[in-house]
Amino acid sequence: MLSRVAERVYWTARYIERVENTARLINVFNSLLLDLPQGVDLSWYTLIIINGSEEAFNDRYKVQSERNVIKFMVSDLDNPSSIVNSMFWIRENIRTSRDVVPVETWELVNELNIFIKANLQYGLNKGARHEFLEHIVAACQQIVGLIQGSMIRNASWYFLNLGTNIERADMITRFLDAGMAVLLTEDTSPNQDQIVWGNVLSSASAEMAYLKATGDMVNGPQVVEFLMTHAEFPRSIKFCVDRIGVCIERLPKGQELLVKVKKHLDHCLNYQDFERLGHPLRQHLNDMQIYLSALHNDVAATWFALD
Amino acid sequence: MPIKWKEYPATDFFDELVMAGGRSRPAAKPLIKYLSKLSEQSLIERRDAADVTIEQMGISFTVYSDGENIDRAWPFDIIPRIIDKKTWSVTEEGLKQRLKALNCFINDLYNKQSILNDGIVPKDIILKSKNFRPECIGVTPPHGVWAHICGTDLVRDIDGTFYVLEDNLRVPSGVSYMIENRAITKRVFPELFESMRILPNNAYAAELLKMLKSLSPRAIKQPQIVVLTPGVFNSAYFEHAFLAQQIGAELVEGSDLVVKEKKVYMKTISGLERVDVIYRRIDDLFIDPAEFNPESVLGVSGLMEAWRQGNVALANAPGAGVADDKVVYAYVPKIIEYYLDEKPILPNVETYLCENPEHQAYVLEHLDELVVKPANESGGYGMLVGPHSTKKMRDTFAKLIKKHPRNYVAQPTLKLSTAPTLCDGLVPKPRHLDLRPFILQGKSLYCTKGGLTRVALREGSLVVNSSQGGGSKDTWIVDEEAV
Repeated sequence: MLSRVAERVYWTARYIERVENTARLINVFNSLLLDLPQGVDLSWYTLIIINGSEEAFNDRYKVQSERNVIKFMVSDLDNPSSIVNSMFWIRENIRTSRDVVPVETWELVNELNIFIKANLQYGLNKGARHEFLEHIVAACQQIVGLIQGSMIRNASWYFLNLGTNIERADMITRFLDAGMAVLLTEDTSPNQDQIVWGNVLSSASAEMAYLKATGDMVNGPQVVEFLMTHAEFPRSIKFCVDRIGVCIERLPKGQELLVKVKKHLDHCLNYQDFERLGHPLRQHLNDMQIYLSALHNDVAATWFALD
Repeated sequence: MPIKWKEYPATDFFDELVMAGGRSRPAAKPLIKYLSKLSEQSLIERRDAADVTIEQMGISFTVYSDGENIDRAWPFDIIPRIIDKKTWSVTEEGLKQRLKALNCFINDLYNKQSILNDGIVPKDIILKSKNFRPECIGVTPPHGVWAHICGTDLVRDIDGTFYVLEDNLRVPSGVSYMIENRAITKRVFPELFESMRILPNNAYAAELLKMLKSLSPRAIKQPQIVVLTPGVFNSAYFEHAFLAQQIGAELVEGSDLVVKEKKVYMKTISGLERVDVIYRRIDDLFIDPAEFNPESVLGVSGLMEAWRQGNVALANAPGAGVADDKVVYAYVPKIIEYYLDEKPILPNVETYLCENPEHQAYVLEHLDELVVKPANESGGYGMLVGPHSTKKMRDTFAKLIKKHPRNYVAQPTLKLSTAPTLCDGLVPKPRHLDLRPFILQGKSLYCTKGGLTRVALREGSLVVNSSQGGGSKDTWIVDEEAV
């Protein structure tokens, strides 16, 4: 497999996952705002903070309003991670590596791109936003499903999966961070803990899996533990990190890379203190984001660097 | 209101579907009948379905304009062009005959040069051709074949005879659009595929792969085949990616390849891997900066030497373009007779060589009637279409012809055939078209069933190039007897 192509499919997967998770995040935040009692002063700007985009956002907008936050995350061409920009890169990457993904991938990507461009105003408009975002999530899942269901397990597939799982692990840390950030900034109001963690679960489509696994009511320590350590749930950190290891191992030169990154991967999983959430958890989530970024650099140096 | 074929304007040209008085040609009968029963609403629906399909399938081409590359949706007309199978079978034989002879010719030019020594083709013409590559002298590629993929442009005259307009032997494009056009039509008019015997055109990719494999220098089961593209900014990039995918080859750019010890390798995630066959979609002069354009970043240094050593196959071979010259074109009938000892099956369009003083005098006198073409350009650029020209344009061309007679040829303005086309609104209007079939030669010969039909969307226009406002249609070869 060409190094150049490997890099493109890897990024395709990351951007697809990013689009899906950005849509999920906005959707969950939307419903969170509806659930929290009036008088709770929760700002949309929290989304900008947990994505680490404060500087880019403030360069562009004076007012930290709902409209501006949504615009920045969905349609802003100056935000490299906006949905529209991510779609652009998915399309460019697939366009130049169509020969290694299932034929229909290109069609699905085009369909989604057309849909997003034609319906952007619904993203901004409160009434239709939910439907708009749900469609995006479903379309991304369709693409990922197509790849899972019809692609031969060759190097391209492992690079796609590597990209998906690195991006997904990163996004889970951000979902958890979002929950933590809300709870730390707000005065306690009745039921708030349950509302916030319930929404974090639903951002990862994890409500049912959580209930079956824990048999317990939604509560912070158990939700965090579940999303970080459950080995069988595909949107947990543990699951993603395991998959990352498998993908790396199956690729040429992977054994050597695995030895090199094992320490970091293990570190992602060694958080124990679930009873004591708050700042230590946020610190750990932040560290994980740094490890994942270092992991990306190692992946790039091993497989993507030409010459 | 459904289409009324009686109101379809009669013209001086051969129409592919409709004869005088609105009667359909036999092979087109079911289509014409079907269309006249279709309500206006359904026709709109079919046309919109085609547009949506094109957008969803991402069928596009790139136009370079105002210093920018614009990716445009493929302009497509839903009414197919129909050719009956009998006519096509003869045409197909003629196309294969032509390519076979041209390959003998090219191989001869780079080796013994018998045809020049025997005085059949003047030496000058070849030695002055800017497409003759001395770097290729003495090489005989596998099977003696240089032009493996050929896209011949055909036009139909007033009586329906097919003429060869030009042989494209360098890097002809368009075949992916031929295949995609069929995919669109199948979605738009599925009923017709049940009721008519339309020959499938989907064997191309398998034939291309078979041909490329037959060129491999290593006798191994799975030779490494790659498609070499100049990159995503090339106007035919869509096609490069499409073909690579269809034949399961790697789509590579120059920077993905490297030559070591006169062998070609590609850079992969496991290290360097040997390459056997390169289907290159880059012009000769850019494939190897060590021998040709030193500025080229598209090619691979050392590629020519690896090819001369027989360590890698290039399709088409460098230097094949020598036969793709509008002056050489005029000699093709003689070339066929010389190498194959056969009469040409397909006629050439009468061609005046401006280098010949008598011809030149005639051309200068009749500029307002003729089409003047540069000998070595493609894409319809740099042409003078006499009947549509101004005095000023004719004066400019007269000067050019006198200054560089070798660079120009002239042909009578052809009465290009037409076919009903939905261009403005829902009323079909006759529009001029041509046809580009694709012929392959490796160990054996193959010709597509039909080809890419390009149509000039402006009334009276003869320019069919998509870069200049042309569109396209699906091409059906119909077995009339089975209708």
